[in-house]
Amino acid sequence: MAQAQRHAKAQPKGGKSGFYWLLGAIALVGAGLLVWQMRQGGAVSIPANVEVLASDTAGFRGYTLGSDSAPVTVVEFGDYQCPGCATFSLVTMPDVKTRLIDAGRIRWIYRDFPLDEIHPQARLSAHAAACAEEQGKYWPVHSLIFQGQRDWVLGNATRVLRGYAEAAGADVDAYNECMESARYAGRIEASKQEGVRLGVRSTPSFLIGDRIYENMNYDTMRKLVDSVSSAQPAS
Amino acid sequence: MKLRMGVALLSLAGIFVAAYLWLYKQGHIGSIVCGTGGCETVQFSRWSEFMGVDVALIGILGYAVLLVIALAGVQRPAARWPAQLLALLAGGGALFALYLTWLELFVIDAICRWCVGSAVIITLIFVLALLDLRRKPPSATMA
Repeated sequence: MAQAQRHAKAQPKGGKSGFYWLLGAIALVGAGLLVWQMRQGGAVSIPANVEVLASDTAGFRGYTLGSDSAPVTVVEFGDYQCPGCATFSLVTMPDVKTRLIDAGRIRWIYRDFPLDEIHPQARLSAHAAACAEEQGKYWPVHSLIFQGQRDWVLGNATRVLRGYAEAAGADVDAYNECMESARYAGRIEASKQEGVRLGVRSTPSFLIGDRIYENMNYDTMRKLVDSVSSAQPAS
Repeated sequence: MKLRMGVALLSLAGIFVAAYLWLYKQGHIGSIVCGTGGCETVQFSRWSEFMGVDVALIGILGYAVLLVIALAGVQRPAARWPAQLLALLAGGGALFALYLTWLELFVIDAICRWCVGSAVIITLIFVLALLDLRRKPPSATMA
């Protein structure tokens, strides 16, 4: 009897109702947080397993910088989520731009090579850049994506990437429509497949002449460009 | 009874953690708040599915079952079966969580904090269920 009284004392009548109130409160807060997160905007999904159609690549051979008549073409195969690509873009590319591209020595082409296994947001960011290109804002957004790599990788990628398009002066509604349509998924996949065909295994890789080279600094690239230029027959 | 209440509250929290991961994987949530960047890697790795079913979905269902059993146990404080069932299921869940954490550390090489959070929750549930099992049943006079 005494034990029963002790038990009754340990479990007052209000104990159960307090518990149910707490359970209900947690349920409400949890459900509210999930709904709030969902209203922040669903993820734009850029599929990797798309069939590449002829229309995906018609008239598109990559994003270009520099003169078409430059004697050497350098094709970069990059992944926006790759730290090495971001470092190349921020540290090496300014020299390449000023001393090789603007000087008319090379034509630069950027192609997407998303490494999906380790960079799940690579296609999303590549698609954001493609949608910016639609509005003539490719290169500013390309630079912003690399500059802010940490922000969108660790934060809300969809929102941060949209912010870059906006900052570059793109029409946000058109950009959103473009992202939701995922219409450049085939183009991104086509670039990846071409990279694989050429023997690209890591990013950034560069096609200079007829060979693929992996990540390099400015001096190495300049020497390679010199070598390819001198090997070409004088026109 | 307090132990079972604890299990119920933890199970509910577990449902929301698993639901957050599942909704993200399904594309209903734009980006996951992770802090390490590892959550995306883990969620999109091939180990995010177990026998063709999303691990996060298994988590939601598992925690829901634990919640129902714990609530039944709260209603029947004298019954032993809820504690036994909870210990059995939570033990299996904790082992599964241990396997997933091992995958994160040594195979995927990325840590998803939400997954670690879920592993902690299921371990706590298992500990509470074991304590409940060791508890002396209320005296017959209570029945």
